[in-house]
Amino acid sequence: MAIGDGPENCAWPRDAAVRPGGQREPDAESAELLHALHSAGPARQLALARLHALLLRVARSELGRREGRHPVTGPELDDLAHQAADDALMAITAKIGQFRGESRFTTWAYKFVVLEVSAKLGRHFWQRPTAALEADQWNRLPDRLGLRPDDVAEQLDLLAALRRAVEEQLTDHQRRVFTAIVVDGTPLDALVVQLGSSRNAIYKTMFDARRKLRAALAANGYLAVPRDGAADLDSVRRS
Amino acid sequence: MTGWPELEQFLRTDPRDVGCDQALRILHVYVELVLTESEQSAASRYPGVAAHLLACGPCADDYAGLLIAADGPAADVR
Repeated sequence: MAIGDGPENCAWPRDAAVRPGGQREPDAESAELLHALHSAGPARQLALARLHALLLRVARSELGRREGRHPVTGPELDDLAHQAADDALMAITAKIGQFRGESRFTTWAYKFVVLEVSAKLGRHFWQRPTAALEADQWNRLPDRLGLRPDDVAEQLDLLAALRRAVEEQLTDHQRRVFTAIVVDGTPLDALVVQLGSSRNAIYKTMFDARRKLRAALAANGYLAVPRDGAADLDSVRRS
Repeated sequence: MTGWPELEQFLRTDPRDVGCDQALRILHVYVELVLTESEQSAASRYPGVAAHLLACGPCADDYAGLLIAADGPAADVR
C-alpha cells in the first residue's frame, strides 16, 4: 500500500454535532471571534488586531522553541515572527470560510502560523546555511543515524550495502532527495524550497526510497524482511 | 544478519501513514483530541496521522508546536 492510501484514517469524528452543510457549531469563544471577524468596521479591525497579536505570540514562541536548530537571532528573529504572523493572518482571513468548527478557532488559526514558521525557516536555510556541506558526508552517516562509535567497524559493510542500494535501487530523484536529507542533513523544508516542491511530495519520495532500501537490505540479509515488503523484496531479487 | 536497529527503524514504513497533506489538514483536530481526551485516543481515531507523526520530523515538529500553542494560556480573544 502506498502512502496516503489509508481510506478512513482522516475521516472526521462522526459523533460531533454537525450543522446542515457539514459544519459544526463552534464553541462560544470561537463563535464570538468569528462573529467579530465577519463583521465590518471597527469591530472587525479590533478582532484582526487581537488575532494578529495571538499569532505573533505563537510565532515568537515557536521560533524560540526551535532555537539552536536555526541561526536566526535578535531583530531578525522578531522580524521573522512578524512575517509569519502577517502571512498567517492573510491566509486565515482568506480561508475563514473553510473553518468547520471541529476545533477551537484559535487552534485552527494557530496551525497557520506554526506552518508559516516552518516554511520561513526552510527558506531561511538557504540564505545562511548552518554548516558547510562536505564533499562526502557518507562518512558522517553513522553519527546522523545514531550508531555508536564501537559499532562502526563491524557495521561498515552495512553502510557500504546501504550506499550501494542507494546507487542501484533508487531513481535519480529518490537518490537526490535521500542524499540531501539523510546524508547531507538538509532540512526537509529547506529541500522543498530548493526543489520548488512540497513537503508532501518530498516526504512521499523519501517514503518510497526508505521502503526500497529496506527491501534491498533485507534481500541481502542485512535487515529483517519487512512484514509488508514481500512484493518489494521480489522486485529487488529480480533486479 | 548484522542488523542496525537505528537504520532499520529509520527505513521502516507504515502503510497506514497518510502523508503530510492529510496529516496537516486535520492537525488542529488531532491536537484538540489530544488535549481534551488523550494522545492514545487521538491516535486511535486517526491511526494514519499518528503513524505519520512518528515518521515525519517536520510534521512532528509542527504538531509539537501546535500542541504547545493550543495548550497555552487561555486565548484572550474577546
